[in-house]
Amino acid sequence: MFETIIFSLLNGLVYGLLLFLLSSGLTLIFSMMGVLNLAHAGFYMLSAYFAYSISIHLGFWYGLLFAPLIVGFIGAMVERYGLRKVHKFGHVPELIFTFGVAFLLEELVQFVWGRNQLAYNKPEILEGSLFTLFGADFPIYKMFMLIVSVVIFIILLSVLKYTRTGLIIRAAVGHPNVVGMLGHNVPLIFMVTFGVGTALAGIAGAIAGPVLGTYPGMASGLGGIMFVVVIFGGLGSLGGAFIASLMIGLIQTFAIAIDASLSDVFLLMDIVITEQTFMYDIWVTSLSQVAPLIPYLMMVVMLIFRPAGLMGARES
Amino acid sequence: MLKVKDLHAFYGKSHILQGVSFEVGKGEIVSLLGRNGVGRSTTVNAIMGDVDRTGSIVFNGEEIAGLDAYQISRKGLAIVLENRSVFPALSVRENLILGVKDMRKVGRWKIEDMFEMFPSLARRADVPAGALSGGEQQMLVMCRALMGDPDLIMVDEPTEGLAPKVVEQVADLLTEIAKRGISILLIEQKLTIALKISARIYVMGHGRIVYQGTSSDFENNKQVRKDWLEV
Ligand SMILES: Nc1ncnc2c1ncn2[C@@H]1O[C@H](COP(=O)(O)OP(=O)(O)OP(=O)(O)O)[C@@H](O)[C@H]1O
Ligand SMILES: [Mg+2]
Repeated sequence: MFETIIFSLLNGLVYGLLLFLLSSGLTLIFSMMGVLNLAHAGFYMLSAYFAYSISIHLGFWYGLLFAPLIVGFIGAMVERYGLRKVHKFGHVPELIFTFGVAFLLEELVQFVWGRNQLAYNKPEILEGSLFTLFGADFPIYKMFMLIVSVVIFIILLSVLKYTRTGLIIRAAVGHPNVVGMLGHNVPLIFMVTFGVGTALAGIAGAIAGPVLGTYPGMASGLGGIMFVVVIFGGLGSLGGAFIASLMIGLIQTFAIAIDASLSDVFLLMDIVITEQTFMYDIWVTSLSQVAPLIPYLMMVVMLIFRPAGLMGARES
Repeated sequence: MLKVKDLHAFYGKSHILQGVSFEVGKGEIVSLLGRNGVGRSTTVNAIMGDVDRTGSIVFNGEEIAGLDAYQISRKGLAIVLENRSVFPALSVRENLILGVKDMRKVGRWKIEDMFEMFPSLARRADVPAGALSGGEQQMLVMCRALMGDPDLIMVDEPTEGLAPKVVEQVADLLTEIAKRGISILLIEQKLTIALKISARIYVMGHGRIVYQGTSSDFENNKQVRKDWLEV
């Protein structure tokens, strides 16, 4: 029991911080430009593929460094030469544009790298287990993911809080036109934010690729959860996204670890469920089986009771 | 200094400004009057590039009609928006700092000057601007615009909804701004203030200028007031 809690906690933290790495860029972009970037997870995937290709020639660390930079640059160019042009036609065309980019990225990845999962591997130095507790291993790589996420998070926060650029970005969240009228180059800020946001997704992709798998479905695999995080936390709120990421990370890993079903609860009340019982399938479905549904359920409940999300500020 | 000629502005398909022309000279205070909804705010927002527009806008001898808001602002044209657009989550000090375009340049106004003029802002320097009273927020956005060291400042209804004492403070600040040689284009409902501080008056009606004249000429012209201002 105790080791289940410890390991679920750690795994939940790793997964949650990875989600935050992904969703922070998405929420930053949304709060500033009002665009829900449907291609965000696509950039995450693209970065994993780039990191793979770079890693087989130059090694893992170069992949980790360059893939997010390249993807960030591509993101900035997509904003500069695509989104900015579409912007004047309103939000719906923007949304459709990012949807198109998402589609394009998925096709591109399959065209270049094929449909199969790639052998994007961890570097040797990060193989193996960090410690063993009650006979179970905690991999070094997960600790590495944890550290990378925390470091990025601290850097992001410090830049936002302590630099002039960060101040301008915080002001531009929700009030970009006022910031522009004060003489700050808002189009440039948009482009950089978009680039940095996609680069963050790129970092997530480069570190997640070896463990979650580098395959054409990886964008849609995590993309859905990422939107849940952003909506649950409150569109446009970094703090909300952080809490929601950790919550969803933890809840999901705990749910997977707990192999109990409603029938077990009934058993405690001396009600025995058999195959003849009405709706038998529902009662014996274990929590771990429905774990993937839980985040979506959380989102629906949140939208019903608090449409703005945990910390949502932006109304429109 | 600012010469607007045949300005047309559009919100989507609605054609709001239909050929607005006026001028503001160097160091001059000019008021733009008119009933609600005639397009005064649209005029200044269009000049800043925040509304789709056509026509000619010459500032300091340079055509600025094709530029982005931030480029126009950097040429020395400032705007104080109608809705007291403080950054509510940021502190008073951060709001003021954001008014500075280039940290390396020293402008006519320093943050200390602002705090000296408005001790209430100084006292609340580290409070989120959203927590200030309406009057304090109005002072803050005006001071923030001044931090950018503009040559001309367009102020949209600064006294709307403020108590008489605060209205006076706003008027004093406007006079002080003018004293330092900065031109002002003022949009104001309260005629007494507009007349007291401005040299010339423009009156708008239905998306165009319907009257222009000196303040004293305007004061003696009851007909204009009846036709275009009184409700
Ligand atoms: N964002 C907008 N979208 C569509 N129409 C607008 C918008 N803003 C203003 N209008 C319309 O443009 C016209 C002019 O509005 P404007 O705000 O310029 O008036 P105003 O003279 O400043 O009056 P007041 O500030 O008292 O409302 C009005 O008819 C208004 O309904
Ligand atoms: Mg107005």
